[in-house]
Amino acid sequence: MNKVDQSTHKSKENTSEQKLNSSPKQSLDLDKNHVTVGKPFSDDSKMTMRNVDVFYADKQAIYDVNLDIAKNEVIAMIGPSGCGKSTFLRTLNRMNDTVDGCRVSGTIAMDGENLYAPKLDVVELRARVGMVFQKPNPFPKSIYENVAYGAKIHGLADSRVDLDEIVENSLRKASLWEEVKERLHQPGTGLSGGQQQRLCIARAIAVSPEVILMDEPCSALDPIATAKIEELIEELSQNFTIAIVTHSMQQAARVSHRTAYFHLGKLIEVNPTEQVFTLPEHQLTEAYITGRFG
Amino acid sequence: MNNQSENLSRIQSSLKRRNRSEALFQWYGRTAIFIGLAAVAVLFFDIISKGHGAFRATYIKLDVHYDQSLIGIDNLADAAQLVDGNWAALSKAAIRGNFPDVSGRRDKRKLNKLLSNGAGFDLKDRLVENPQLLNKTEAVWILADDDIDTYFKSWLDNNPYDARLTDKQVQWIDDLYQQGRIELFFNANLFTRGDSREPEQAGIRGALMGSFLTLIMTLMLSFPIGVSAAIYLEEFAPKNKWTDFIEVNINNLAAVPSIIFGLLGLAIFINFFHVPRSVPIVGGLVLTLMTLPTIIITSRAAIKSVPPSIREAALGMGASKYQMVLHHVLPLALPGMLTGAIIGMAQALGETAPLLMIGMVAFIVDIPSGFSDPATVLPVQIFLWADSPERAFIEKTSAAIMVLLSFLIIMNTSAVWLRKRLERRW
Ligand SMILES: Nc1ncnc2c1ncn2[C@@H]1O[C@H](COP(=O)(O)OP(=O)(O)O)[C@@H](O)[C@H]1O
Ligand SMILES: [Mg+2]
Repeated sequence: MNKVDQSTHKSKENTSEQKLNSSPKQSLDLDKNHVTVGKPFSDDSKMTMRNVDVFYADKQAIYDVNLDIAKNEVIAMIGPSGCGKSTFLRTLNRMNDTVDGCRVSGTIAMDGENLYAPKLDVVELRARVGMVFQKPNPFPKSIYENVAYGAKIHGLADSRVDLDEIVENSLRKASLWEEVKERLHQPGTGLSGGQQQRLCIARAIAVSPEVILMDEPCSALDPIATAKIEELIEELSQNFTIAIVTHSMQQAARVSHRTAYFHLGKLIEVNPTEQVFTLPEHQLTEAYITGRFG
Repeated sequence: MNNQSENLSRIQSSLKRRNRSEALFQWYGRTAIFIGLAAVAVLFFDIISKGHGAFRATYIKLDVHYDQSLIGIDNLADAAQLVDGNWAALSKAAIRGNFPDVSGRRDKRKLNKLLSNGAGFDLKDRLVENPQLLNKTEAVWILADDDIDTYFKSWLDNNPYDARLTDKQVQWIDDLYQQGRIELFFNANLFTRGDSREPEQAGIRGALMGSFLTLIMTLMLSFPIGVSAAIYLEEFAPKNKWTDFIEVNINNLAAVPSIIFGLLGLAIFINFFHVPRSVPIVGGLVLTLMTLPTIIITSRAAIKSVPPSIREAALGMGASKYQMVLHHVLPLALPGMLTGAIIGMAQALGETAPLLMIGMVAFIVDIPSGFSDPATVLPVQIFLWADSPERAFIEKTSAAIMVLLSFLIIMNTSAVWLRKRLERRW
């Protein structure tokens, strides 16, 4: 068991993994010829990633990931901390651009359009791919201003009435309207943690994105607030494609259709969520979901 | 069991030692604070005890007859005649009228010396404002000469200083006192007049205006430049050798002695660009050089203290970097920036050395009314007065220091207040 724990240390990567690797068909030689097991591809894909590598300066954080995200699916990304889930998620709306020294190679496309093409404008991309962060981060402005912000900067509302409507609809979709309709002009930072996170979701969906990225959206919340957000994700999945990073396997099991397991920067397995949690194909996945490391 | 009780006794004995060193340390701290406070108290006591006298001035009540023939004019509305009028004759006649027995040129001159030599002009101003007084007589409180002022105040304090007076003058003052004709009043001249060679007529208005204009100039230049530089360096500039180099040099600049900035200003602004010397423009330019590093450094700190999560939120919504800065970072960093600016301005207000280099040390009587009028500033005025031989300037110097210190205290307190008031907690 200890040996497996040490596998999170890079230097011991190979030795420990070889010990794990008892069945030859699942080669765990995580070098060049590593192949993701399961069903990483889809016929109806919203986003496609091929041979994606991500580097922080000289340090490689993501190794050769190939994955499709299907239209209107909820895909969960799980894995031990530091395995590159956030890094991978942030390649999808190019938030990694803001990190000095971060470099992405390979192709990432949405509806067939290369997201890393030189002529692509990240402003437009981020209007189409919204993001919700780990720690609720409403702007220190009013609830109304928070939700209206995206519509304002992208010029989506022609009038004050339009804007009011966008704000109300977004707050309703985020199941927050009833709680805040009386105090739209009070600061968003005055809400509880769970409300703040739903406000951030409302803010993200106010510009009607096609994809929503969520990076451990419940890790700072209590169980009741978490349950509300999970319910919300389920509702949102009817209209949006959602990629969610979570450290909670129960959460992944509850909200997602497919689950992707990352390990040390590599995409190990992608399968329907049910299968991942009952019959994982890969030994590393199994080791992780049975709590042998994390 | 044995082991535990042994440990306990060891802990207890070490506890005593630890408590003792903590008590000692606290005692050191309190002593240090006490010494600091005592130094401030001594400073304030010294300045206030020397300077409080300057807020009152000695006046002598005399019956003034606005005698047209004495002045030698026929039209009060004619500015040219006003200038030529023999106004001093009015005050001289008034004081002689009060001491009709004094004879002899020497004594008469000494008698005239009781009054400020600007007394005649004060009477002129009064007459011009109230033309109906012409050829009438009224009792007027007339400003006394600085030597009289010094003597009278010291005499009231039972510690008379009469080195610069003759026995007769002392006698006259005594007579005036008996008649209730000499008294101390609030010294409005201190706040309404510019500098003068005559201490009783000298005021800080000119220096205050000069300081004000110079500071406005400094603020208008250094705040926008400093804030733009800080924003660029924090948010937009790539992190490389060049920006490191710039960062180090901004810090170096903050440590450069201010007189060097004065020399630089002299060489660049005056000798090269031919900006006139002694004016608030050039003073503001030089002080801008000096305060820029302070403003850049505090603004950068304010920008840095805006949490990265806010930036991520904005960028994640599709805001451009410029929008992120303008909509989110700047409003949150502004209180910190303003605090930095106030502290920078307080530094600039107290600065003397660089202004000496650019000629703001000139003796200027007129109160400046624009950025291109010759001016001096408050600390330089203090420097000039402290250097003057007249005894009466001692209290003026301390009074000017009190005014300067009050401004500095107000500015620094408002900086602290602003920071407490506007700074957000996340
Ligand atoms: N800004 C960064 N600069 C350098 N290395 C980073 C940065 N962010 C993450 N990393 C590294 O990349 C790896 C993956 O990190 P991350 O994507 O945050 O993992 P996860 O979200 O799965 O916990 C980690 O080894 C981490 O140390
Ligand atoms: Mg993460």
